[in-house]
Amino acid sequence: MSLTTLTTLTAADLGRKLAAGEVSSVEVTQAHLDRIAAVDTDVHAFLHINEQALDTAAAIDKQRAGGDKLGELAGVPIAIKDVLCTIGMPSTAGSRILEGWVPPYDATVVARLRAAGLVPLGKTNMDEFAMGSSTEHSAFGPTHNPWDLDRIPGGSGGGSAAAVAAFEAPIALGSDTGGSIRQPAAVTGSVGMKPTYGGVSRYGAIALASSLDQVGPVSRTVLDAALVHDVIGGWDPRDSTSLKDEWPSFAEAARAGARQESLKGLRIGVVKELDAPGFQAGVSQRFHEALALLEGAGAEIVEVSAPNFEYAVAAYYLILPAEASSNLAKFDSVRFGLRVNPVGGGTVEDVMAATREAGFGAEVKRRVILGTYALSAGYYDAYYGSAQKVRTLIQRDFAAAFSQADVLVSPAAPTTAFKLGEKLEDPLAMYLNDVTTIPANLAGIPGMGLPMGLAPEDGLPVGIQLMAPARADDRLYKLGATLERLLEEKWGHTLLSQAPDLGPGEMFGPESGAI
Amino acid sequence: MSESRPESVDRTSVDHVNGITPDVVRHLAGLSRIALTDDEIEKLTGELGVILASIDKVSEVATPDVPGTSHPILLTNVFRADVPGETLTTAQALAGAPDHDGSRFRVTAILGEEQ
Repeated sequence: MSLTTLTTLTAADLGRKLAAGEVSSVEVTQAHLDRIAAVDTDVHAFLHINEQALDTAAAIDKQRAGGDKLGELAGVPIAIKDVLCTIGMPSTAGSRILEGWVPPYDATVVARLRAAGLVPLGKTNMDEFAMGSSTEHSAFGPTHNPWDLDRIPGGSGGGSAAAVAAFEAPIALGSDTGGSIRQPAAVTGSVGMKPTYGGVSRYGAIALASSLDQVGPVSRTVLDAALVHDVIGGWDPRDSTSLKDEWPSFAEAARAGARQESLKGLRIGVVKELDAPGFQAGVSQRFHEALALLEGAGAEIVEVSAPNFEYAVAAYYLILPAEASSNLAKFDSVRFGLRVNPVGGGTVEDVMAATREAGFGAEVKRRVILGTYALSAGYYDAYYGSAQKVRTLIQRDFAAAFSQADVLVSPAAPTTAFKLGEKLEDPLAMYLNDVTTIPANLAGIPGMGLPMGLAPEDGLPVGIQLMAPARADDRLYKLGATLERLLEEKWGHTLLSQAPDLGPGEMFGPESGAI
Repeated sequence: MSESRPESVDRTSVDHVNGITPDVVRHLAGLSRIALTDDEIEKLTGELGVILASIDKVSEVATPDVPGTSHPILLTNVFRADVPGETLTTAQALAGAPDHDGSRFRVTAILGEEQ
């Protein structure tokens, strides 16, 4: 099997071939490192490549040769968003203030990946401290969308989404505070899952907004996301918001979904407010085609209303900056990261202020100042307090919607990938990219983004979002896998097989057939 | 930095959200410990006014009868057994520090001359 072919396989297929002894982890890892070397100058999905990757792969191969019982993904390479702390690799969260910082501990999700024998390939690019929807706020330069290098890959987890979409990694980890896993999936034609709040540990995830952040999988298939979720999920005593639930196997749910022929008895709710006239025409068109496909498979499509979603973006941009201004107070030039001494010296406070001025980018400063304002005495009740009430109203909207439907659906993003630079000078326009994804974070429910076609007007990927009640993540894997199969049967191929060639090594011949 | 809520913004210099002035932004920058330049303060003054005007709408539906939600899935009394856990060694804790003396973080003067 040629090394270029190895990079097009799913994580599930790689795991199977590794278990069968058809390939070694060293070969699989080398193939992905070669692919990164060939295309990442253009894509810039990675901030750091793991120098130990091949050694780790060799150790897994040795364990396997020695007869050790290994997990399904043992020996499979994975990319890790730079928001997650990793021993032996810098963890910057896309910020100058943490440039070169190597944490003394692993995030729990990273420790679980390592324990399951996955091979960390490196750290992926992101908007600074996950503040953004395009990766343009990374202090280390933007990531480019593999479908069109002049366009954004979404954000904040654009690096992880681009890495899997460009076949640099079969799977990746992301984090989602307002859509940072699902929106990049939508605009790169990949799959991303934001689990139920508390379903996956955040220990060692550099916090943005603690009441919203959730770590989750990024992949090219629903099954691969489920396999990663099974590895990283579950209770962690080091995260006090972690749920003690016993979770079902999400891989089993995905496999059952892929086999499922009929959706009879399933009620799918279309959120009226997220099927809006302001969305790009090709997004709405593909969304309604996907609904027809689901209905054709036997699902009952019902319209549900969530009147308070109108206030979700506003509430989010109060809650997030408020929590971020508090979380980012730890970057004080004392214990880790950058220190800048002002000209002529000064007190420790002067050093802090000079360090944070030099180390934070424009968007981080904007949100820290906004959050400080929203938390100020005299404004606290009007802003932060009101936003928390909106959160209650949005939870009530979801509760009402889930009394009428088992799963809710919407487009995962209102548009296809826009051009780099297009919205950079307009913070409000940038904030509206997450209008479809923010409600799930405010309510803590799980949400999945997966491809539903290419927009006819620009040939770029569009994604659908599936949402379930809190703790019902398995429903998303099951339905997601069914929808994925129905769409691929209709197209006759996967969506990502239509992505343009990037590297010198030919990945795919030209394929015809419009999606 | 202080963990407590920042002190009050001087309300006399703010009439409403669109009354964000450079002085207010300068004051917030001080509370946030960010030494913003004058150019940044000017730019942020305009941007914050626009952003605040758009998010001010939360007050339309945030009526007194609606309780607030701080965490989406509320857990209470999350305790662990009161036994020593794994901790970092001193060397590990100091490894990423900008400056240290081998056992402590080293910083410049805490107090200025006027204090």
